[in-house]
Amino acid sequence: MYHVQSVFHKITDISGELSDAAAMLTAINLTSIGGCSQFMWGLTVFVLACFVGYYVVWRVTPALHAPLMAVTNAISSVIIVGAILAAGQAESTFAKTVGFLATVLVSVNIFGGFLVTKRMLAMFQKKDK
Amino acid sequence: MSENFSAFLYLTAAVFFILALRGLSSAKTSIKGNVFGIIGMGVAIVAAFAMPKVSSYALTITGIIVGGAIGALVAKKIDMTALPQLVAAFHSLVGLAAVLVAAGAMSAPISFKIGTLGHIMRGSLVEIGLGTAIGAVTFTGSVVAFLKLQGLIGSKPLMLPNRHLINVSLGALILFALVLFVFTEGHFFFWVLASASFALGLLMILPVGGADMPVIVSMLNSYSGWAASGIGFTLNNTLLIVTGALVGASGAILSYIMCKAMNRSIINVIVGGFGNSDAFEDKAGSADEQRSVKQGSPEDAAFVMKNCSSLVIVPGYGMAVAQAQHALREMCNILKNNGVKVRYAIHPVAGRMPGHMNVLLAEANVPYDDVLELEDINRDFPSTDVAFVIGANDVTNPAAKNNPQSPIYGMPILEVEQAKTVFFIKRSMAAGYAGIDNELFFRDNTMMLFGDAKKVTEEIVKALES
Repeated sequence: MYHVQSVFHKITDISGELSDAAAMLTAINLTSIGGCSQFMWGLTVFVLACFVGYYVVWRVTPALHAPLMAVTNAISSVIIVGAILAAGQAESTFAKTVGFLATVLVSVNIFGGFLVTKRMLAMFQKKDK
Repeated sequence: MSENFSAFLYLTAAVFFILALRGLSSAKTSIKGNVFGIIGMGVAIVAAFAMPKVSSYALTITGIIVGGAIGALVAKKIDMTALPQLVAAFHSLVGLAAVLVAAGAMSAPISFKIGTLGHIMRGSLVEIGLGTAIGAVTFTGSVVAFLKLQGLIGSKPLMLPNRHLINVSLGALILFALVLFVFTEGHFFFWVLASASFALGLLMILPVGGADMPVIVSMLNSYSGWAASGIGFTLNNTLLIVTGALVGASGAILSYIMCKAMNRSIINVIVGGFGNSDAFEDKAGSADEQRSVKQGSPEDAAFVMKNCSSLVIVPGYGMAVAQAQHALREMCNILKNNGVKVRYAIHPVAGRMPGHMNVLLAEANVPYDDVLELEDINRDFPSTDVAFVIGANDVTNPAAKNNPQSPIYGMPILEVEQAKTVFFIKRSMAAGYAGIDNELFFRDNTMMLFGDAKKVTEEIVKALES
C-alpha cells in the first residue's frame, strides 16, 4: 500500500511540475494573443490531431476496419465530459436534465462500443494460434 | 484539482486514444489497443468529475450505470450480421448527445465558462451552433441508416420531388438561424437551427440506396467525430477536439476507401439514387433474352472441388444473411484435409460496413491468414482451379471492366472469371443489389448452383463426406 502511495505521490509531483510548466505557457499565450487565443489554440490542436488521425488510421489493417469503426464510435463518446459538466452544475435545471439524458446516451455508446470491439477482436485472436 | 491538472489528464486520455487506434494496425496488438481506449475513457471521466463546477454526482453516476448496462447488454447480445445497424445506432446517440450538450452549454454558460446568460461570447455561440448542426444531422441521418439496415424501412432510395431544392433551402435556413442565434443568443433560433438540421439529416440519407450503406455508415462515423470536435471547441476542451478530429479523420478515410471500392464519388453517393433508376431496369428487361446458363448440383460441385488443387471462396453479404459461414468453413476444412489450397477473397464492400465480412468470417473461425484483400488475391485467379462465389454478385461482375455502359463500370472487381471453373451459388436468376445483370452467369466455365446458400453448402458438405 505504501508502495502504491509513494508511486502516486511521485506521479502527482511530476504532473504538478508539468502543469506548472503548462500554466506558464498558457499565461504567455493568453497575455500575448488576447481574446481569440483560446479558439486559435483549439484550432491548432484540431488541425494537428487531424494529421495524427490521418496517419494512424491509414496504418490500420483493412481486416480490422469494423473494429476500427466500433472503437472510434466508443471514443467519440468522450463528449460525456460535456454531459457530466451539464448534469453536475447547479446553474440551470434545464441543462441538468439534458446533461443527464446525454450522459445516459453516451454511456450506452461507451460500454456498448468498447465491449462489442472486444468481442470482435477476440474472434480475430483465435486465428493466430 | 487545478485546472492544469485536469488539462494534463485530458492530454493523457488523448494519448491513450491515439494508442488505441494505433493498436488496430495488427490483430495481435489490437486487444491492447482496445484496453488503451478504455483507460483513456476512464481518465477522461475522472477528469470531468473533478471539474470545479461539477457539484453533484448522483445523477451522473445513475446515468452512467443505466446507459452502461443497456450498452453492455446490447454489445453482448448483438448478432455480428447486425453489426452495421448497431454502429449506425451508436452514431445516432453521439449526434443527439452533442445537441443536448450544446443546449446545456447555452443554458448554463457560467458553468461552461463561455459568458453569462444573455452575454455568451460570440465565438462560443458560433461553436454551439455548428456543433448542434453537425450533431443533429448525424442523429437523424444515423437513425435513417439504422432503419434501412435493420430492414424497418425499404432499402430502396426514396426520391422526394424537388429534394435538392428542399435540401438547399434547409441549408439556407440553418445558416440563417445560425446567424440570428449568434447575434441575438435567442434560444428560439437555436431550436430552429436544430430542427432544420434534424430535417436535413433525414432528407440526406433517405435517398441513399442500400448498396451505398458502407459509405454512409463510414460518413456518419466521420460526422459523429466532427460533432464531438465542435462541442470540444465550445467547452475549450482539447481532449474533445483531438478525439473528434481522430474519429472524423477515421470516418473520412473509410468513406474514401469505400467510395473507391465502388468507383463512386462521395457527392454521387449523397446525391443518391443508385440502383433504382429506370434505365437499369430497362436494361435488365432487354437482357432477359433467355440466355442459357449451366446449372449444376451440389454433388457436381463437391466432385470438382475435391479433385482441384486450389480454391478461392468469394463471400458476399448474401452468405451472412443465409448464415452459411459455418457450413462454409466446414466445407473448407474437409477440402483442406484433402490437400486443396483454400483461400477467401474479400471485396472492400462485401459487407454492409467496412471490414464487416472479415468479422463474419472470423466469427466462423476462418483462419486470419486465409483471408485476402482484393489487391492481394486478384493476380492469383488465373492460376486458381475453382472460384466459389457465395452470396456475392456485383463485386464479381466483369461488366465493371469491359462494359462502359454499365452503372458499375470502373468499379474494381474480384476477377473470378479468370479461374478455370466458377461455382456461383444463387437463390434465383434475379439481378444483384445494384439491379444489373451479371454476364458471368452465362460463361462456359460458370456453373450455377441454385438455392439457399446455407442449404447448398450443407449439401456439398454431405456429398464430400460420403
